[in-house]
Amino acid sequence: MLHVEKLCFDYKKTAIIKDIDIELHPGQMLSVVGPNGTGKTTLLKCIAGIFSPGKGEIYIDGMDISKMSRKTHATCVGYVPQDLPGKFPITVFDAVLMGRRPYMTWKPSENDLEKVAAVLESLNLEEIALRDFDRLSGGQKQKVLLARAVAQETAYLLLDEPTSNLDLKHQLEVLELISGMVKKNGVAAMLAMHDLNLASRFSDKIAMMNNGTLVCSGKPHQVMTTENIRSVYGVEAVVHQANGHPHILPTRPVRSAG
Amino acid sequence: MQDICERYKGFGTRKVFILFFLAVVLLGVSLLAISLGASSVGVFDSFRALFNPSGIAHDIIWQLRLPRIAMAILVGCGLGIAGSVFQAILKNPLASPYTLGMASSAGFGAVLAIIFGGSYYGHYLVAGNAFFFALLASLLILGIARYKSAAPETMILAGIAIMFLFSALSSFLQYMGTADEVHAIVFWFFGSLSKVGWREIAIAAVMILAPVPVLLKWSWDFNLLAAGDESAKALGVNVTKIRMGGVIFASLITAAAICFTGVIGFIGLVAPHIARMILGGDHWFLLPGSALVGSILVLMADTLGRTCWAPQIIPLGIVTSFIGVPFFFYLLMKKKREYW
Repeated sequence: MLHVEKLCFDYKKTAIIKDIDIELHPGQMLSVVGPNGTGKTTLLKCIAGIFSPGKGEIYIDGMDISKMSRKTHATCVGYVPQDLPGKFPITVFDAVLMGRRPYMTWKPSENDLEKVAAVLESLNLEEIALRDFDRLSGGQKQKVLLARAVAQETAYLLLDEPTSNLDLKHQLEVLELISGMVKKNGVAAMLAMHDLNLASRFSDKIAMMNNGTLVCSGKPHQVMTTENIRSVYGVEAVVHQANGHPHILPTRPVRSAG
Repeated sequence: MQDICERYKGFGTRKVFILFFLAVVLLGVSLLAISLGASSVGVFDSFRALFNPSGIAHDIIWQLRLPRIAMAILVGCGLGIAGSVFQAILKNPLASPYTLGMASSAGFGAVLAIIFGGSYYGHYLVAGNAFFFALLASLLILGIARYKSAAPETMILAGIAIMFLFSALSSFLQYMGTADEVHAIVFWFFGSLSKVGWREIAIAAVMILAPVPVLLKWSWDFNLLAAGDESAKALGVNVTKIRMGGVIFASLITAAAICFTGVIGFIGLVAPHIARMILGGDHWFLLPGSALVGSILVLMADTLGRTCWAPQIIPLGIVTSFIGVPFFFYLLMKKKREYW
């Protein structure tokens, strides 16, 4: 279980996230939603070990991550960044092989190469395996970065807005891949998401943040309410239930009083 | 699945083959360099003279040519490795051992020793001082970088500032120096292999080769830096340690390579690029590749410099640029894919 306890992170004396408590169990998909600049990415980066939090603890299967070595940490948690690397002149195979870094001593072993080949096959990337990363489309790049995190073989996956650079088809493809891994392999995934409908449809649990604090968390239908959306996003919305998921239709921004 | 694996491994085998080919080229150039010179001995005669202790050819080869060749190989190897490490950790294709101001600070150290040092221990004093000041430049940069969590941009900017500072200091001392001193200084800045003996080679060899295993062990960490600092951290790389450690080791190598020979320009910048064009960006292959390409270039330049206008010797630092730049342009125009 991933357990975040009273987590705070300050940047230049400004609190970015405050007292966040979150639990994530194996086989669960959790989406963190909230307006821009609310601290979703910061929360993910703290768990990924990129930022060290000011206060609070993060436990992975009972172990405090601040006491783990970087390598051990990288065998527990995989992270897929939102921004694609600007220039990355290597082949897809090499990019995915980077996910095996925590297991290497000098260079990749035979086993590492086989694992990468298997991951590429399972994500249908064999066709482009030996192509240059820089020549891929946005959707393919995103899938390759996901493949890198899968090759890392961690029980927990963090994904920072995995659908933000993608067209409709690729958005669904990537989310189905992640949800497939969660259902089949018992991986736990935490996603920062902007699209409330996709978040509601694919997640087991949603955590809604505003101004660095956790407003509420629970099953999608508990969190995605007209009231929550109005107070957190400042938007009037109609919420339907469709196919067992809440479906959100934003109508207009809330006019501030006065 | 097996198919992709095999094809990927095929790339690796090809790279090993290319490294082997480069080593053969280096050996060939070395044999040529042994036989060529003011008193030209044929390739086969010189090879025979190598192991035949009687005769003047033996002395020429063991006391004049072989030390030069050994030092050329060491310097090229050191500058090539240091260049590719600097380019990886600073994530900048313009980075080279000289970008961080190491050449100008080493130069200032040499100038100080030439002007204020005694004449008796002159040679070692100049080398020691050049070495010390080259490392001082990198320590200054590390100190500044620590405040900014080792950001590559900060390091490069600090390096360029240090380069200007030490160039100005050297110019000031030259302005104050006598004609003889200025001549010695100018000669040092040209770079030359003519004053090296076996003892200098042993010292340089230890300092240049000792950090290599550590840098090779870090080769995948250098690869990961290209994915971005945050991704590298999330994949278990201690980015600050690798960047600081990389600067320390690459500076040590650079300082050792240039302290006995003076400034040999350009090799640290082009050798890694040439190696990257023929071997790709994986540092496991790129580090040895840059070392071999650097050695070949320096040895070729030195051999040309001492033979094409014999008995006049053209300083090494000048010839490296003469042959390196056109070759580099040729590769730049010819390249089919992006390497950076």
